Amino acid sequence: MSARYTRTAQGLHWLMAALLIGLVALGLYMHELPLSPLKLQLYSYHKWAGVTAFLLVLARLAWRATHRPPVLPPGTSQAVRRAARLGHGLLYALMLAIPLSGWLMSSAKGFQTVWFGVLPIPDLVAKDAALGDLLRAVHEYLNLTLIVVASGHVLAALKHQFIDRAPILARMWPVRGRIAGTSLSTESHS
Amino acid sequence: MKYLALALLGLLPPLAHAAEFNRVQADRSSIAFSFSQMGVHMEGRFAKFASQLSFDPAAPSEARVTIEVDLASIDTGTPELDTEAAAQPWFNIKAFPVARFTSTAVTPGTGNRYTVAGKLSIKGKTREIVVPATFSAQGNTGTFAGRFTLRRGDFAIGEGPWSAFDIVANDVEVTFRLVALSQ
Repeated sequence: MSARYTRTAQGLHWLMAALLIGLVALGLYMHELPLSPLKLQLYSYHKWAGVTAFLLVLARLAWRATHRPPVLPPGTSQAVRRAARLGHGLLYALMLAIPLSGWLMSSAKGFQTVWFGVLPIPDLVAKDAALGDLLRAVHEYLNLTLIVVASGHVLAALKHQFIDRAPILARMWPVRGRIAGTSLSTESHS
Repeated sequence: MKYLALALLGLLPPLAHAAEFNRVQADRSSIAFSFSQMGVHMEGRFAKFASQLSFDPAAPSEARVTIEVDLASIDTGTPELDTEAAAQPWFNIKAFPVARFTSTAVTPGTGNRYTVAGKLSIKGKTREIVVPATFSAQGNTGTFAGRFTLRRGDFAIGEGPWSAFDIVANDVEVTFRLVALSQ
């Protein structure tokens, strides 16, 4: 079935989706907290998950480079093809840039990132309060951009599936044909 | 009798030529600390402390040292954490502004190594500690350096939710360097 993403690509996609939603929600929650052991703990978890997400993105890019994604359904307009390419490119760029900005911010603020409390990740920048504040703003705005672009990604998929009646979700849906697959759209046509 | 007295005098430390290091150079001395926070190495220092030292390498067991650290001078590199450190759960600086170390015995070891025993008082609690130190002299400048580990729990540094050690470790490594001139 060349019209579907590979199981690996699907697995990475949904794992990243869950991780990114969790990371954004945790990030929004934790920075409002007063200083407490819980806050320090959540910051550590956020950094560990962020490093993990970065590595998963690298794995995804490697997989994608060696496994062609399925072609878009015939009849997809040039404008939509271009928008899809731009949107996906932007998502990958953000998934790389956001953890990088978080890692650099942590270093600039004087807190080394130690993956799972065991593996120290080197500080690329020295402690610098002004740089730390700048990177914090960068991290924040990149995440706001991610929220907008990822929302667009979800809305576009839903629009293609339910308004255009193009069985697009089946390409990425792990369970064949049941919930959002071809059988659903066949039923709706009959 | 006269010879015996002279012989006894010979056993005494050569007072006239004693190179006693006792003028502490605050700007060349330092007290720093480090600890682990969920595997992350954290560092800080105290910018202000007063110390009295008298140390004659020829008579080390006569040595005395007192160090009084102005806890408000803590510098973690993060203003928010400095404020937190001053608060009641940590140092409670309003009630206990000074940490004090007073030596009780200095024992020479091998080479330039010494063992300094003394009392460390922080936040109203006093503990006997033993600190390994080295001493090196260049001309009339003597440098004491060493490090030791204290358990913050022994001094109630970090109370309430901070009293668990899973986030901020119990062990705090203190590194010191005292530079003193001889007369």
